[in-house]
Amino acid sequence: MQAFDTAQLPRDPSSVRFEPGPTEDKLILSMGPQHPSTHGVLRILLELDGEYIVRAEPVLGYIHRMHEWMAEQKTYFQFMPNMGRVDYLHAMAWNWAYAGAVERLAGIEVPERGEHIRVAVTELNRISSHLLWWGAYLLDLGAFTPIMYAFDDREILLDILQAVTGSRLTYSYFTFGGVYNDVPGDFAPRCLAFTKHLRSRLPMYRDLVTDNVILRGRCEGIGEMDVDLARRYGATGPVIRGSGAPVDTRRAEPYSVYGKFDFRIPAYSQGDAMARYMVRMDELETSCDIIDQAVSELPDGPCSAKAPKTLKPPKGEACYAVEGARGKILVHVRSDGGPKPYRVKLRAPGFSNLSVFCELARGTLLADAVSILGSLDLVIPEIDR
Amino acid sequence: MSVSELFEEACTGLKSLFVGLGITGKAFCQPQVTVIYPKQEVDNLSTFRGHVELVGKEDDPSVPRCVACGACVKACPSDCLTILCPVPAKEGQEDAPMAMGPAPQKGSKTPGAVIVDFSLCSLCGQCAKTCPVDSLRFSDNPYMVALDRKEFRIDLMARLKRQAEEE
Ligand code: SF4
Ligand code: SF4
Repeated sequence: MQAFDTAQLPRDPSSVRFEPGPTEDKLILSMGPQHPSTHGVLRILLELDGEYIVRAEPVLGYIHRMHEWMAEQKTYFQFMPNMGRVDYLHAMAWNWAYAGAVERLAGIEVPERGEHIRVAVTELNRISSHLLWWGAYLLDLGAFTPIMYAFDDREILLDILQAVTGSRLTYSYFTFGGVYNDVPGDFAPRCLAFTKHLRSRLPMYRDLVTDNVILRGRCEGIGEMDVDLARRYGATGPVIRGSGAPVDTRRAEPYSVYGKFDFRIPAYSQGDAMARYMVRMDELETSCDIIDQAVSELPDGPCSAKAPKTLKPPKGEACYAVEGARGKILVHVRSDGGPKPYRVKLRAPGFSNLSVFCELARGTLLADAVSILGSLDLVIPEIDR
Repeated sequence: MSVSELFEEACTGLKSLFVGLGITGKAFCQPQVTVIYPKQEVDNLSTFRGHVELVGKEDDPSVPRCVACGACVKACPSDCLTILCPVPAKEGQEDAPMAMGPAPQKGSKTPGAVIVDFSLCSLCGQCAKTCPVDSLRFSDNPYMVALDRKEFRIDLMARLKRQAEEE
């Protein structure tokens, strides 16, 4: 047998691009794929000149799960649990985007109570995602205590969500036509008590961290992104709102019962890591406002419409967009009339948000790269589906 | 940086430090919030999704309601359910030893073995949702530890029998 000639193999394109320059004093540094501040298996190739970043390039592909391909192999119902795994921190929003797209395709109407429950649990989940981001971001920046406070509050929230959905992280709670099961009787009072509690904790968060000179020193003026750059890369969610554009799917393309509720979309115009931080902190309050309205007017009636046990939507396609904790989530489903989707495309906000990183990191210090990366709030399985 | 700016920065830095220490100090005096397992256990498990389990008949809780229709096996996205039931003997072979086959089997309405492989289960609840006789539900056991993956293959019929005896 002929010996295999490795010289024939195409060279790893990233290694080609990262050949040392003519001065030969650049350092190539691989940040990740298990670096604590890349929050998962993201690898970032950095070309450093001393402490300064000359080039940065994210390398994906360490956790590829082929969710979209899997969708084509499973029935509509069977693909549902995958949604909780795409973005495990805001599983509800992904549940919703997929359920919404299929409902649109099959023409299933969700009862009012189901919509209210959906709004409440999704917003609760958004708070839990933001709280975890808050703790983890500060952990990246070297502060350990805040994550403990965040987990303390998140615990109350997870208890509520567990009582409703049965699990604490990868929820599979939505079904086509509504939600899997109705909420327990004490759901509304527990939610109201939680939002009251969280509001009372927010001043403490502000005193402890937001006003702290160390955080301000590490975030103010770091990773500045103007709104054009954000638009060009398709950044959404708190990332673009931190650049001054108050775009939010809940307002821009109102879905479900969001149109009924009165809430504010926070936006900051500085465009730096601190602005993105502030947007998320303000969003905690926004979510509290929405939850209060959703559960205090919880209508009676069924929580779910009757959907056929084997779903065969008519030929056609449908899109559904929701606002996730990281930005706009969109699911596009195409049906050929069979029991399995013909094609499913997921649009994950993290992917576009991460792409901006190359531009933002150029010329900053290595330590600032951590501030920038954390301020984008990435969840890798969502980017690398 | 001028002296006054340096002084101002030192003052704000010190203020931040004292505010932070104050909050930590207050938290230090508050009761502990963590659950000290195994001395304490969590108690809010009534709706917890553990692995699926069988629901017994009202008149005989050691016999499952299951009619071996195989709908749950078909609905499961992770292929973690195995339901075997006796294969009805063919004509002329009535004396042959009874064979077990995957549900559904024509004319066979009682399951011989119901096995769930919890190491594969994604706790989606599709099986419980599709069951026509409500024979499946989630158990509420959060403490499952084993060194071997095989131990997560749970024989649900034996489990139901054990539960019925304990009651
Ligand atoms: S809960 Fe889902 S994954 Fe688990 S056995 Fe049932 S259908 Fe299968
Ligand atoms: S769906 Fe229900 S009745 Fe049918 S095999 Fe499964 S457990 Fe038994």
